[in-house]
Amino acid sequence: MRRAGFRLAAALAALVALAFLLLPVVAIFLRVSPGELLNRLDDSVVVDALAVTAKTNGIAFALTLLLGTPAAYLIATQRFPGRALAITLTELPLVLPPAVAGIGLLAAFGRLGLLGGTFDALGLRLGFTQAAVVLAVLFVAGPFYLRQAIAAFEAVDPTMLAAARTLGAGPGRTFLRVALPLAASGLGAGAALSLARGIGEFGATIMFAGSLQGVTQTFSLAIYAQFDVDFTRALALGALLVLVSAAVLLAIKAIPAWRSRSTSPFLVAPSSSR
Amino acid sequence: MALSLDIAVPRRSFELALALEVGPETLALVGPSGAGKTSVLHAVAGLLRPARGRVALDGGTLFDSEEGIDLPPERRRIGLVFQEYALFPHLSVEANVGFGGRERAPELLERFRIAHLAKARPGELSGGERQRVALARALARDPAILLLDEPMAALDAHTRTAVRAELQELLGELGLPTLLVTHDFEDASALADRVGVIADGRLLQLGRPDELVAAPSDAFVAGFTGGNLLHGFARPTREGLTEVVLDGGAVVFSTDRAEGRVGVVVYPWEVSIAHAAAADSALNHVSAPISSLVTLGNRVRVRVGPLVGEVTTASAERLELERGKIVVASFKATGARLVPLRDETHRTPV
Repeated sequence: MRRAGFRLAAALAALVALAFLLLPVVAIFLRVSPGELLNRLDDSVVVDALAVTAKTNGIAFALTLLLGTPAAYLIATQRFPGRALAITLTELPLVLPPAVAGIGLLAAFGRLGLLGGTFDALGLRLGFTQAAVVLAVLFVAGPFYLRQAIAAFEAVDPTMLAAARTLGAGPGRTFLRVALPLAASGLGAGAALSLARGIGEFGATIMFAGSLQGVTQTFSLAIYAQFDVDFTRALALGALLVLVSAAVLLAIKAIPAWRSRSTSPFLVAPSSSR
Repeated sequence: MALSLDIAVPRRSFELALALEVGPETLALVGPSGAGKTSVLHAVAGLLRPARGRVALDGGTLFDSEEGIDLPPERRRIGLVFQEYALFPHLSVEANVGFGGRERAPELLERFRIAHLAKARPGELSGGERQRVALARALARDPAILLLDEPMAALDAHTRTAVRAELQELLGELGLPTLLVTHDFEDASALADRVGVIADGRLLQLGRPDELVAAPSDAFVAGFTGGNLLHGFARPTREGLTEVVLDGGAVVFSTDRAEGRVGVVVYPWEVSIAHAAAADSALNHVSAPISSLVTLGNRVRVRVGPLVGEVTTASAERLELERGKIVVASFKATGARLVPLRDETHRTPV
């Protein structure tokens, strides 16, 4: 009798929690009909936000993969003094409040910041440009990939890398043909997570890049800018962003299923500092 | 000499120091796990840097601590087969073999009878097939020497004998200098022309398998090659024999000469089992209940007191051997070899 009571209470708690998490998402779609959503696709604010988001995130994502993958491989496979510190530093932006990230970026790259003078001399103005959006996304979302990639490379059996070397492959070929494919599922999960975080980036971007329609106004910023101007438009933007996020989430869940059976899929495996 | 090495590799509790020459032959290093066997192979392959020493292959220097030479693994002509084979799980058999050298892959797939598995992933293969793929892959690079790390360890007991025979045949066909390490003396003696016993980072004895059995240099080698090892105190007798009072109190005789603390080595195939001490030429008899019986194919290992003897299954049935039955285990004085004990606290041989 008491056991049944406990199970009932637990089920109720689960129900309340799920309903609470789902309600805001459901509410957006109840307020915006699919027809309305399609109509908004040629609204200039929506189109501009879509373009800015796609472009800045595309560049930031590519840079994340290009810089993050070799960096993560190095950190995961090499033993060097200060390695544990390096790993901790890559994780710092994960716990930094976005407002702090924004002010930090301004202090470093802003016109009056640490490197502002250097950039000025080179004729570069970062503040309130799309480059600033890219930097903000890189700083906030990049570590999600880096951290996951380190864990993924650490999980690759070192014997596999040693085997490749004894078979005549240099370090470069070993990385491309053995380490990369074996870490692929972990890298994919990290990439998807980082992309999702980047698309949703708000705090650091609005402080460092501002919210200029067609220039720096990403999807998240457009929702904020529109919600006291045109609430329906804000809702439509929100609905679109939910769809994008859902697609990313599905991709994360699907990757381990179709990717290499040999490496274990992990979404948030801790990167052990040995 | 194809390979010559003289290296020192510091390990956690000891330093591995080994000098070795491998000619056109198969040489096996045997020793208990943790003896540093794998380190030797890795040092030759370039995966581990010795603290000092020299490694040379076909006259070319691979490593020399004094001259500061240390070729990376990809520049050494070495085929290393890892203990668990280390096949790339994301590549097909064909791609695994081709990783070492694409030109030779088709020929090797044929030769190792794995051509029909070309498209399969390593995860779908049996232990024996995996070993053949690993060997083919290591050979695809056209190495000057083959290194095998515990080639039998990844196999289950019932495929072992067959795979060992197959490997033996293959190594013979290849005619490639081969250095293999194993913890199993039986595997080593079946596969290798010469066997070196290493323990605690030292090469204790190197010779043909039958030489090691016939004249083990010390108690550890004797135990490792499968002999019974009894401890006792030796003194000469008037008849020119040596009498050894075992620690348990029993007395045995040997034709070897020794005095003081010794190990008495008796190989299982020199122990005969009977219901009563026979009036034959065997001088040594141990009467005790049978404490265990293990059947190994057509042989039965019988443990009587401190001794393990081997008899045929037919004899075991004829004598109606069973646990607890009191029997007499006998061996001749010529079958009792006396060896020095390195130290009394030494680990028990496996």
